[in-house]
Amino acid sequence: MSLFYFVAFLTILFSLLVIFTKNPVYSVLYLIATFFTFTIHYILLNAQFLAVVNFIVYMGAIMVLFLFVLMLMNLNKETEPVKSNLIKIIGVIAGGTLLVTLIGSIHALQTTAASATPNSEIGLVANLGKVLFSEFLLPFELSSLLLLSAMVGAVLLAKKDKRTQNG
Amino acid sequence: MIDLVWLIPLFPFIGFLICGLGRNILPKAVIGTIASLAVIASFVISLGLFFQFDSATPVIIHLFDWIKVGGIDIPFSFQIDQLSILMLLIITGIGSLIHIYSTGYMSHDAGFGKFFSYLNLFIFFMLLLVLGSNYVIMFIGWEGVGLCSYLLIGFWFTNGAYADAAKKAFIMNRIGDLGFLIGVFVIISTFGSTSFSEIFPKAQSMISGDATLTLITILLFIGATGKSAQLPLFTWLPDAMAGPTPVSALIHAATMVTAGIYMIARSNILFTLSPVTMSIIAVIGLATAIIAAIIAITQTDIKKVLAYSTVSQLGYMFLGLGVGAYTGAFFHVLTHAFFKALLFLGAGSVIHAMSNEQDMRKMGGLKKKLPITFITMLMGTLAISGLPPFSGFFSKDEILAHVYEHNKILWMIGVLGAMLTAFYMFRMMFLTFWGNFRGSENQKSHLHESPISMTIPLIVLAILSVVGGFIGVPEVLGGSHWLAGYLAPVFEGSGTRMSELSLNHSTEYVLMAVSVGGVVIAIIYAYIKYIKNNHVLPVMDSEPRSALAKISYNKFYFDEFYTAIVQKPLDVLSGFFYKIIEKSGIDGLVNGLGKGSIEASNGLRLLQTGNVGFYIFAMVIGVVVILIYSFLKF
Amino acid sequence: MDNISATIQVVPLNHYILLSAIIFTIGVVGVLIRRNAIIIFMSIELMLNAVNLLLAAFSAYSGDASGQVFVFFIMALAAAEVAIGLAIIVMVYRNTSSIDINILNRLKW
Repeated sequence: MSLFYFVAFLTILFSLLVIFTKNPVYSVLYLIATFFTFTIHYILLNAQFLAVVNFIVYMGAIMVLFLFVLMLMNLNKETEPVKSNLIKIIGVIAGGTLLVTLIGSIHALQTTAASATPNSEIGLVANLGKVLFSEFLLPFELSSLLLLSAMVGAVLLAKKDKRTQNG
Repeated sequence: MIDLVWLIPLFPFIGFLICGLGRNILPKAVIGTIASLAVIASFVISLGLFFQFDSATPVIIHLFDWIKVGGIDIPFSFQIDQLSILMLLIITGIGSLIHIYSTGYMSHDAGFGKFFSYLNLFIFFMLLLVLGSNYVIMFIGWEGVGLCSYLLIGFWFTNGAYADAAKKAFIMNRIGDLGFLIGVFVIISTFGSTSFSEIFPKAQSMISGDATLTLITILLFIGATGKSAQLPLFTWLPDAMAGPTPVSALIHAATMVTAGIYMIARSNILFTLSPVTMSIIAVIGLATAIIAAIIAITQTDIKKVLAYSTVSQLGYMFLGLGVGAYTGAFFHVLTHAFFKALLFLGAGSVIHAMSNEQDMRKMGGLKKKLPITFITMLMGTLAISGLPPFSGFFSKDEILAHVYEHNKILWMIGVLGAMLTAFYMFRMMFLTFWGNFRGSENQKSHLHESPISMTIPLIVLAILSVVGGFIGVPEVLGGSHWLAGYLAPVFEGSGTRMSELSLNHSTEYVLMAVSVGGVVIAIIYAYIKYIKNNHVLPVMDSEPRSALAKISYNKFYFDEFYTAIVQKPLDVLSGFFYKIIEKSGIDGLVNGLGKGSIEASNGLRLLQTGNVGFYIFAMVIGVVVILIYSFLKF
Repeated sequence: MDNISATIQVVPLNHYILLSAIIFTIGVVGVLIRRNAIIIFMSIELMLNAVNLLLAAFSAYSGDASGQVFVFFIMALAAAEVAIGLAIIVMVYRNTSSIDINILNRLKW
């Protein structure tokens, strides 16, 4: 129990640091830390497959991609554009309103605390794989198509436009 | 013959259609003949009816069921009795004479066909008015003659003043008609029906002075005030002289203005049971008679003199009705129709000869040039002054005798009015026909007697004015008063309640002598003033007059008074409605909607800032709103 | 493993809901208050992850595997999205030499 609270506290702390740090590189690093805490949450829920995938895909691939692009643009603290204070306060208030609404609506719904028989086995890789490849086969295949289109799109977008350069 | 009664209004209506539709196609001779023949045909049928009818109770000819709703049944039917037959004779008889006269008078006018179609339409509506067996059909005729009066007064509508006069007549009529209409509504609610044959027997059982009856009769009298030009709704009649002279003769002398008298005579039982209303009628009638006579003394337009004379004589008729002399009042309607139509047609002849000049200050010495006109108009003037043995004497004397019985003071004022009548009528004659000619050389060269089509009606009417009185010679003078006997069944209900004339013969002789003597004195005074002393009217309007003469010449400032208390407030009210309610209110609302849309869109356009951050912020706000909304739904 | 599954019986579901909501809100605030396009993008990732956590928690608590499968798909999708998104940001940088989102304001009235 106390483990959960500690990890939750860390999650919130790191995510706050993500959005409030001026230096973008530090933001990326804090985000990585946040994802690490997420992984721990998944382990606590016995969703082992998700924990591992989170670790590898998110922290390993996506965050590194972010860092690449940041480095490419050579950003540091001085060139970071800053919004005016008024907008910042409005943003925080809007976010706070959203939070209050969410919490309020959840309170009104009166969800039950826990179900009767939680099955802690479903997070194991073997079980998840069974469900994935039997019930969710079609979405699985389609997601491969999705990744293909993403690759093609990314390459196309990043290509230099030769025609305009040659006149 | 009585089955043919539906033909009587039909002929003029067909004449109206033919003349109206063919006014540009048919030649003038055809139009004039068709229109006159239509009215003459109706006259022939009315004559046949007159000789055949001898029933003591009215005969109802049912044409078709018209309104049948709830408990109200208003059939379209005609009622034939002595009163309506006499009115039919007057309307069609004098109507046909005037049609013949108009063929000569209007022969140079471009709107010849239109004129005759309007005249026929007027005859049609007037016939409906007197033939109707219930108040609603009478009201149809009532409104219709008001409409035709408007059309005919404003016949030369290109002149703005004439069109205004027509509007004035119509609007004043309408004010009276409102009273009439409300009276009809009260009748329906009291008696449950509008038919004469149902109302009058029911009314016989009511007590005298009943409040509802008083209300009904006052409302009906208001209608009569408007139609018959009594105080306070009389100012339209002098202005109505803007119409052609045959119109003045027919409508404003013989027929339309007598509609009010006819209506009251028809409803005599209702009025007899309301002594309050009768007093009001008598007082208003007398006041009208005197005021109109005073105004007529200083007028310079020949037609205006006759117009005020009409108002004054109508006042006498209402005075007669007010004291219960129904037969006398109706007798005066009859004789007045004769001599007033004659006088108007004669004036038309004079105007025609003077190349459309109507100002008496420019006339004079016409008796040599227009002999027939002169003789006939002299007959008419003697009749209206009330000199025996002309017709006016008998009818006016009967009214005055009843007034004397009722109230001596009213009688004295009535005699004074008779003297004034004689004075201004002879003043008119002296100024027009005696003395030296005061007009221009151009007019003098064109002076000629009127054509035959115009002089024949004059001669016929002159004969009637002379001998017409003999149908009502009272017993005191040795006659049998045929008219009273003829009309007795109509006034039966009232007759049992009103005491018969109970003056002894010597009193009657004295009364007659007083009125005749007074009239003769007035004529001598006029003669002295205008012929012996060669008194000529002031030529320019700006020449000073005495204060009394000014009041009289300016018609007691009635028009100015009405302008101040009616027209000006209405103008202010209308201006208020226009500026405040129309411009700011309704226009403001409608224009405001348009402007509001533009303003709103101008404001909303600013949301498209192009700023991505702002768009994201808007999205968040939207999500929050949706969440709150769905949260509240639970 | 048993110790870990014991956590499920102790920590009520509401706590996970609350935590997820907080992280989500923090992500929203990050989108609103930063002008750097990449940081905004990262905040979006944060939001996605909050949702992932919530789905996984529900899946564990109700014994239904569909939740975790859905998280798997979300992750795959997030990866693809990041690839494309960063490519776009690079393009914008190439054309305007800046990644300030306030530069992108041509789409207005």
